[in-house]
Amino acid sequence: MDRIPILRMGEFLLVTIQVDMHDRLAVALQDDLTERISQTGAHGVLIDISSLEVVDSFIGRMLANIAAMSRILDASTVVVGMQPAVAITLVELGLSLEGVKTALNVEKGMELLRTSLNGHPGGLGHGPAKR
Amino acid sequence: MVIPGDSAMALLKDELMELGSSADIVRVRQQVRACALELGFGLVDQTKIVTAASELARNTVDYGGGGTVRLQALNDGPRRGLRLIFEDSGPGITNIEMALKDGYTTGGGLGLGLGGARRLVNDFTIQSQVGQGTRVEVTKWK
Repeated sequence: MDRIPILRMGEFLLVTIQVDMHDRLAVALQDDLTERISQTGAHGVLIDISSLEVVDSFIGRMLANIAAMSRILDASTVVVGMQPAVAITLVELGLSLEGVKTALNVEKGMELLRTSLNGHPGGLGHGPAKR
Repeated sequence: MVIPGDSAMALLKDELMELGSSADIVRVRQQVRACALELGFGLVDQTKIVTAASELARNTVDYGGGGTVRLQALNDGPRRGLRLIFEDSGPGITNIEMALKDGYTTGGGLGLGLGGARRLVNDFTIQSQVGQGTRVEVTKWK
């Protein structure tokens, strides 16, 4: 079966979804990502969905599940690059992706992950010094 | 070709697709996208009808035990439309009113499929007979 590649970049895992996912592929990604988070101890996951032309309730649920699971595994998730037409459709569908952090593009998403890592006691962070 | 009983409406395209697996759901999404594009739908309307098709196709596969979808491109005087008719001979829906409510599901889903799909299209009709099957017809007009 096909798999969506998961890249590691330092403390973060990066996923770019470039195919129209069938349901089993979405479930496989969910499983693979949680596995990789626990293997690598990654503290952040960035999912780029800028090539996705459709996010239906199934894929939306998969994104929310990934965010929830990674949170429990001590990692934050940011979903980036959602197309405006997809955002409009998702809201009308009734899916608000609660609990999923989003950013406009990869750059802003990385920034968001770094910020959340700075506040993380075990992170690389060069956050505000503790006195 | 003219649809019987609807003298003004012409059928530009009529295509039947099988719905048996999650790969078929992807194929339906792609076909509906191509058809919406051909009819000149804007990007938002394309996305809406494709998303509705995806939800309804999944219902047919997951709850109806598989079935078919008919894609029809319509020309109704000044307006054009894309009609999708999903049919299965599965267990049917006991309480349609409940099934249309957000958050109600008898499976493992979010319960947004039917109600969500209804909000994404212009016309929506559902008929279901317990033990016989379900038929959902939706139309998006341009």
